[in-house]
This record gives sequence, C-alpha cells and structure tokens, in this order.
Amino acid sequence: MRPDGGPVEPAPLLLKIVVAGGFGAGKTTLVSAVSEIEPLTTEEYLTSASASVDSLNGVEAKTTTTVAIDFGRCTFTEPQPMRLLLFGTPGQERFWFTWDDLSSGAIGAIVLADTRRLQDCFPAVGYFEQLGLPFVVAVNEFDDAPHRYSPDEIRQALDLPEQVPVRLCDARRTPSAINVLITLVQHALTRARSSLASPGVRP
Amino acid sequence: METDGNRAWSQVDQQDVRPYMVTGGRTRPRHTMRLVSLLAPGSSPPADPLPPEAEQAVALCRDEPRSVAELAGHLGLPVQVTKVILSDLLDADVLSIQISETSPSRDVNALEALLVGLRKKFPDAA
Ligand SMILES: Nc1nc2c(ncn2[C@@H]2O[C@H](COP(=O)(O)OP(=O)(O)O)[C@@H](O)[C@H]2O)c(=O)[nH]1
Ligand SMILES: [Mg+2]
Repeated sequence: MRPDGGPVEPAPLLLKIVVAGGFGAGKTTLVSAVSEIEPLTTEEYLTSASASVDSLNGVEAKTTTTVAIDFGRCTFTEPQPMRLLLFGTPGQERFWFTWDDLSSGAIGAIVLADTRRLQDCFPAVGYFEQLGLPFVVAVNEFDDAPHRYSPDEIRQALDLPEQVPVRLCDARRTPSAINVLITLVQHALTRARSSLASPGVRP
Repeated sequence: METDGNRAWSQVDQQDVRPYMVTGGRTRPRHTMRLVSLLAPGSSPPADPLPPEAEQAVALCRDEPRSVAELAGHLGLPVQVTKVILSDLLDADVLSIQISETSPSRDVNALEALLVGLRKKFPDAA
C-alpha cells in the first residue's frame, strides 16, 4: 500500500474453493493442510427459513443450531499474485443455504467422502451437480473404515458421471490435499475449455 | 469439536450475550452479504473512534480484501453478528464490497495460472 497514491502493485487474483463433507469427514483437516494460516472457524446461525426446511423433513427444528464454517488461505506469487481462499462447510442437506452462499463465484468444490458414512455426501454431490459447479470427490481413508473402496466403487455408489474425478486422499498430508486441489483445477479447466469450444451451450 | 455439548454454562452464557452487546441488540444486517463477499476499504475514513470489533475489521480489510467468513473467524463472532458490524461500516463508506469477476469457474486464464501456481509452490504433490 503506497501512501502517496502512486502506482501500486496489481491486486492479487482471488480464487475460491468450497470444501463440503459430512461431520468428521476431514474438512477442517483438509483446509489446514492447504492453508498458510491457522484455519479460522466461525459459526453461522441456522436461519428460520432453513429451520422450516428441517421441520418439513420431520427433523426437530432448533433455532439455536449453528453451522461451523472453516476458512483458510494460500498465497501465490508465481506465475502472478494470487490468493486461494478455502471455505469448508458441512455437507448435510439442511445446510444448503451455506452452500448457495459459498458457491457463488467459486471455481469449484471438493466433496469429502467418508467411507464409513458414504451416504453423507449424497446431498452435496447432488447439489453441485445441479448447480453445474465443477467438483471432485476426495475419499478420505480412515484407519477404522471397515472396507477399502476403490475409486470406481465410490463412483458407482455415488452414481457419479464419468467426468467427475474421484481421488483417494489423506487430508492430513499436504501433498495429498494439494493433489486433490490440482485435480479440481484441472477438471474445471477441462470443462471451461470445452465450453469455449462449444459456445452454443453458454455464452 | 463443533458441538458445544461440553462447554461450561457460564461460557455458553458469555458467548450468547456478547454478540448482542457488540451490535447494540440488533440481529439483522441491512446489507446483503455472502460468506464469501470480499470487503475492502471504502472512500471515507472512520469519523469517530470505532468500537473495537469494527476497528479490528477495518484494520484487517486495510491489509487486503477479506471475506465475511474470514472476518468472523478473526473477530471470534458468529457470522450474523459480524454482518451487522460490517453493515454499519458499509453505510458509513468506511468499507466497500468488492464486486468479483463473473464466473471464475469458466475463466481459463485464471485456472491455468492457479494450476501453475499450485505445481510450483507444492512440487511434492503428484
Ligand atoms: N486417517 C485419516 N484421518 C483423517 C483424515 N482426515 C481427517 N482425519 C481425522 O478425522 C478427524 C475429523 O477430521 P475433521 O477435519 O475435524 O473433520 P470435519 O468435521 O469434517 O471438519 C480428525 O481427528 C482428523 O485427524 C484422513 O484423510 N485420514
Ligand atoms: Mg470441522
């Protein structure tokens, strides 16, 4: 920041990625593995609108329910100044309002699948699919998981289209977490290029 | 852990009351903000000394644009309460909302740059 108002370096490019997954699936762990700051967690109240969604589902509507949102950040100087912002959000359907919020302007999403509770990520998968936001499924292999799934088995269980990448990962290890990010960016890039090639679909 | 099941009652009370003190009892922000909305300095310096939470938010945004989620994390306040504080600062033009570029998920140049950046910064990642 220059006090004399002279030329300042260009503002960094800001890019956002959403990390969604069920409780205990490893969202906070993944955000920490990538973030250069201690991840920040904050709470969002469940609004009355979403509380009524709950009661429609026959779930007890508690107005005091809060949603934990994780925030992490990763700064780049090369090839240009960039800042990647990571937002972690729970994957339960009743938290859809945070997904709407976080997905706006995101380059894509990472859905964390916990093989002990694979069904927990159905809502997030369905949501990002419908929204048309590029997403990848990252499978955390927990030591106490009763069964090891192959990526193909996960794809079948989640009924994922062929193009959606599925990766086994260990969210506690930075290289593994980064590998998931790279997979997502590549996937988004492939989609962006193909929509350029067939401009009939979207302007 | 995200549950507050094992928090002491005295702690729960404090955490529940403090948000309403810092917002003067208000619970709804006047401006629409998303969790990912980015806030940057506005065109006016703050007129009066700001309450500590607002001061902290302004100082953070002076360094670089900050998302609502990040600010709430720094302030240690729930998102809704943070939004009320930020809303006042937007009214006073002390802060402004940065309008982001359209559809970054289809921005080939941005995605290519990020891919190069990730590979350079983390050569260990396969
Ligand atoms: N084995 C294994 N454990 C993990 C992995 N990711 C997270 N964990 C552990 O699972 C627990 C829950 O992770 P956390 O990130 O808090 O889940 P969240 O509720 O989705 O934020 C923590 O004890 C982590 O150390 C992983 O990839 N492999
Ligand atoms: Mg967590």
